[in-house]
Amino acid sequence: MVKRGQIRFFDIVNFLLLGFVAFASLFPFIHMASVVLSSPEHVIRNEVGLWPRGLQWDAIGAAIGDERLWIGYRNTLLYLVLGCCISMILTILGAYALSRKSLIFGKPVMLIIVFTIMFNGGMIPFYLVMKSYGLMDTIWAMVLPSAINTYNLIVMRTFFQGIPVEIEESGRIDGLSDFGLLPYIIIPLSKPVLMTVGLFYAVEIWNSFSAALLLLRDSNLFPLQLMIRNLVVVGQSGDVLETSVASGRTVVLESLKYALILLGSLPIIMVYPFIQKHFEQGALLGSVKG
Amino acid sequence: MKPTVFKRLKRDRIYLLLLAPVLLYYILFKYVPMFGIVISFKDYNLFKGVWASEWVGLKYYRWFLQNPDAWNIIRNTLLLGMYRFLFLYPTPIMLAVLFYLMRWKRYRRFVQTVSYMPFFMSQVVISSILIMLLSPSTGWINQMIKWLGVEPIYFLQKAEWFRTIYIASDIWQQVGFSTIIYLAALASIDPQLYEAARMDGAGRWKQTIHVTLPGIVPAMVIVFILQLGGILELSFDKAFLLGNVATLETSDIISTYVYRTGIIGGSYSYASAIDLSMAVISLILIYTANKVSRKVGETSLW
Repeated sequence: MVKRGQIRFFDIVNFLLLGFVAFASLFPFIHMASVVLSSPEHVIRNEVGLWPRGLQWDAIGAAIGDERLWIGYRNTLLYLVLGCCISMILTILGAYALSRKSLIFGKPVMLIIVFTIMFNGGMIPFYLVMKSYGLMDTIWAMVLPSAINTYNLIVMRTFFQGIPVEIEESGRIDGLSDFGLLPYIIIPLSKPVLMTVGLFYAVEIWNSFSAALLLLRDSNLFPLQLMIRNLVVVGQSGDVLETSVASGRTVVLESLKYALILLGSLPIIMVYPFIQKHFEQGALLGSVKG
Repeated sequence: MKPTVFKRLKRDRIYLLLLAPVLLYYILFKYVPMFGIVISFKDYNLFKGVWASEWVGLKYYRWFLQNPDAWNIIRNTLLLGMYRFLFLYPTPIMLAVLFYLMRWKRYRRFVQTVSYMPFFMSQVVISSILIMLLSPSTGWINQMIKWLGVEPIYFLQKAEWFRTIYIASDIWQQVGFSTIIYLAALASIDPQLYEAARMDGAGRWKQTIHVTLPGIVPAMVIVFILQLGGILELSFDKAFLLGNVATLETSDIISTYVYRTGIIGGSYSYASAIDLSMAVISLILIYTANKVSRKVGETSLW
């Protein structure tokens, strides 16, 4: 609510500061893409900054040529689809039941659920108990332990509570049962919150790393993030380099590693512009009292 | 008259049925592991499992307190948490005010959108990018340092750089997205207040000090309390991915130590004793913070 007037000194400073913020947020991604698309001689001489030099696709080709990346992609997609389905079903059921104001034991159940935000058993008991359930080295290890995010449950419950009772009453008059209200009244009216919570789950599963580190030993089950960590941080990309050089590609390790990181984050970067308004809504819903 | 428990159970049976799988989830995946912390008072025996192993009382707690590494790890966790709070609390407020004062709306929208993006990147991607950018031989940051005529710095091999890197990258990742709560508070400031301030002859600077900032004080108080409560909740992923043997002196925090001694080293009882001590402190902090937040701001986590 600033009065329109002439451009002041402060406006210029603000313009530059925000320009810096935008540049800093984007720079690592632009630099990464430039190194990936540059030819080895420029990369070795460290000449690549914001723009690719000696455009070539060999680094991307070498990264795509690595089987492990594809296994990672396949596994992550599987965990994503399966995980989102299970998470959404459980969260919707829980949020719906708990949004009933007169529900018997509603308050104590809510307390039991909220307590898990404040306190958990920690890494070791989690690991031992999941192991005793037989979840080690199964796809369920990546789907079940994190099936419900308590914040998401609270956000959805708050939204359901905000649906006017009159609409539910009219549904009942039309003959809907306690269960029938959910698919015919509640869900159609809650599309924005379902979208937001679903996206939060999707990003969470896409990015999850430590569950795989703890519970998976079989590299055929590794999600993409763990594959990238093994290739880039631990440095197993040396052998990828050897095979790609043997197949006639000219690639340097730096471009190859950046290519792997880029491929690991590309799906999120690509869908981000379309979904960011849902995330913004989600962050606001989360700050409303549960 | 209030219906009896039995009648209410019967009335709510459908809802309870829907709730059952959710409760089962919380029992199996949250409460059973929570009770699994009894392992820290026992001698974990691989064949007897968590529940049947021998009780040993506080043996492993004593071990931890007698371990010379213990204080270093507690100090690292506390310092990293405190520095993180010190830098990650004020920066989003400043950025939110800058966004708010930006007059070119399209430009503002663009910078907002772009600055939220790093928030959605995984810790693996962030850490990998950092490792690449900070590499002494090929990393861009060291290229700039060399260009300025200074010797390249082995950032990730030097213990004294770990906290700076951890916190600077946390700011980079989270500052944009954390402005959202403040921007919502700013958007709800009554325009009449600005009108009145202008009537009283306040310029833009005075308007910012006397109208804009007071408008976000409630949000500031709540975020302050909640962040202070979560001060010990540091990301295991990032400390684990960025830390290495050379930087253990500063990069080893509770969660990475627990991973190393417990999961890798196999000392399950010892590791969970450490974890539980910290979790209890953390619980007290979060609980108190939430109580205070409810009093002060009439808003809380739950």
